[in-house]
Amino acid sequence: MLREITIGQYYPVDSVLHRMDPRTKLFGTMVYIVSLFLADNVWCYLAAAVFLAAVIRLSHVPLSFMVRGLKAILFLLLISVSFNLFLTEGEELFRIWFLRVTREGVRMAGFMAVRLIFLVVGSSVMTLTTTPNQLTDGLEKSLGFLKKVRVPVHEMAMIMSIALRFIPILVEETDKIMKAQMARGADFESGGLVQKAKSMVPLLVPLFISAFRRATDLAMAMEARCYHGGEGRTRMKPLRYAGRDYAAYLTYAAYMGVMLALRTVF
Amino acid sequence: MGIIKASKLVFDYIRRDEEENIEETDRAIDGLSVDVEKGSFVAVLGHNGSGKSTLAKHINAILVPTEGTVWVSGMDTADESKVWEIRKGAGMVFQNPDNQIIGNVVEEDVGFGPENIGVPTDDIWKRVDESLKAVGMTAFRYKSPNKLSGGQKQRVAIAGVMAMRPECIVLDEPTAMLDPDGRKEVIRTVTELNRKEGITVILITHYMEEVIGADRVIVMDEGKIVMDGTPREVFSRVDELKEYRLDVPQVTELAYELRKGGADMPAGILSIDEFVESFMAAMGGTEA
Ligand SMILES: Nc1ncnc2c1ncn2[C@@H]1O[C@H](COP(=O)(O)OP(=O)(O)O)[C@@H](O)[C@H]1O
Ligand SMILES: [Mg+2]
Repeated sequence: MLREITIGQYYPVDSVLHRMDPRTKLFGTMVYIVSLFLADNVWCYLAAAVFLAAVIRLSHVPLSFMVRGLKAILFLLLISVSFNLFLTEGEELFRIWFLRVTREGVRMAGFMAVRLIFLVVGSSVMTLTTTPNQLTDGLEKSLGFLKKVRVPVHEMAMIMSIALRFIPILVEETDKIMKAQMARGADFESGGLVQKAKSMVPLLVPLFISAFRRATDLAMAMEARCYHGGEGRTRMKPLRYAGRDYAAYLTYAAYMGVMLALRTVF
Repeated sequence: MGIIKASKLVFDYIRRDEEENIEETDRAIDGLSVDVEKGSFVAVLGHNGSGKSTLAKHINAILVPTEGTVWVSGMDTADESKVWEIRKGAGMVFQNPDNQIIGNVVEEDVGFGPENIGVPTDDIWKRVDESLKAVGMTAFRYKSPNKLSGGQKQRVAIAGVMAMRPECIVLDEPTAMLDPDGRKEVIRTVTELNRKEGITVILITHYMEEVIGADRVIVMDEGKIVMDGTPREVFSRVDELKEYRLDVPQVTELAYELRKGGADMPAGILSIDEFVESFMAAMGGTEA
């Protein structure tokens, strides 16, 4: 059962967004996040909402998957909304005990909530339409310029993709070791925090040993297959921009233009 | 000189303490010489710790000799400028199928080697197609390696080596972690590559049944070659094999005992069919 766990939350359907170059999507996500922080009036948020709705339509991913990510930030959302609601100075609307709610507070809290929700849903669009591998490739290529200042971009991307391959294997192994230890009377459930932490030792020790073993084996296998870093390496699936990517970049420019215009006009 | 040649090879594993002083040396290969003919299928047998893996790693220049020399396709493995050339020509398949697959998708893993040696993109695709076909894994090319059986994973690993277009494949106990079906699957694939594509195969194994189809069997013990010959020659020396702590196949041993007991059986029987045939002949002979 644990074998089925997949990393990321890729939703495998075919759409123009799925086929888009990962770099285009990464850049688009960044543009969108920046635009959300530039937005300072209702019209701006309306533009952001229209843009997001259009993108979701294009992605062919059901809306329910998009909002799933919101659960994780529910707590953060509540905190930031209450802070904005109660702590903003301004014209008092009403008062609950010692908490003053101001007109400005309501406005700020509303904007904050919308901004956070759009941010999470907007980035889910990217992770739902891009496989972790494509994402890694996209990051490696987009951040390639950092190699000039000696950031090991290729190595970091390689680490990420190896991690993606081995996480399911290690998860399964954890499960196996846990069952083996439970068969010998280990108890991972009961007791306080300290007791629980202690009971993890017989799980973690074999897991670490196995992980190191795998790492040595893998390093040797990679060397045997002539791996020697990113230098002189070609790609089986190189990233190439297509027409849709150029169209996307034009759309980003147009969207940013609208956003800035709305910001100055209103 | 054959495709692989080792001359008076010695290899010591050296353990050092914190101050880099030599704490202990472990001689894993001890003055071994061997010459492997191009296109042959050589099986290497030997109990645990006899130095098989250490020898295998010399063929791929993962290890370089402490003393002596190893040549692969005429290149000295100690020559650092030739290391990628050597690894390209002599591929290696390891024991644990999980720990040698790098790609998250079968076809991407097969393309990993060609990517490393700078093969142009179109050519990588061609090589991946050919290699997957050669090991019969084309139908699984878009799958995640995690969803394959052990035997299938090893075939993917073999395809990954084939995509480098090697002259020689070294397999270090590729079947040790597989079930009987997976074992047969892998041996069949390797045998086919040897016959059809003329790839030189060095198969290190624990299982006697797997060496029957080989052209040559080498038995190692304590870092030396102690027996060397065709499977029939080697398996006719049952007492010696036992001395080197190897399990002889049951039919071979039975035939050997019968022969010692005076039955008219040929030496070095390898399969049940062969046994039955010569047994019938021998029985028929005594009755008449
Ligand atoms: N990484 C290592 N460090 C130290 N000694 C090793 C190492 N690998 C193998 N040896 C030693 O070298 C000898 C040969 O091992 P190996 O080549 O792995 O044998 P085989 O593959 O036949 O089981 C053994 O005595 C083993 O203990
Ligand atoms: Mg070994």
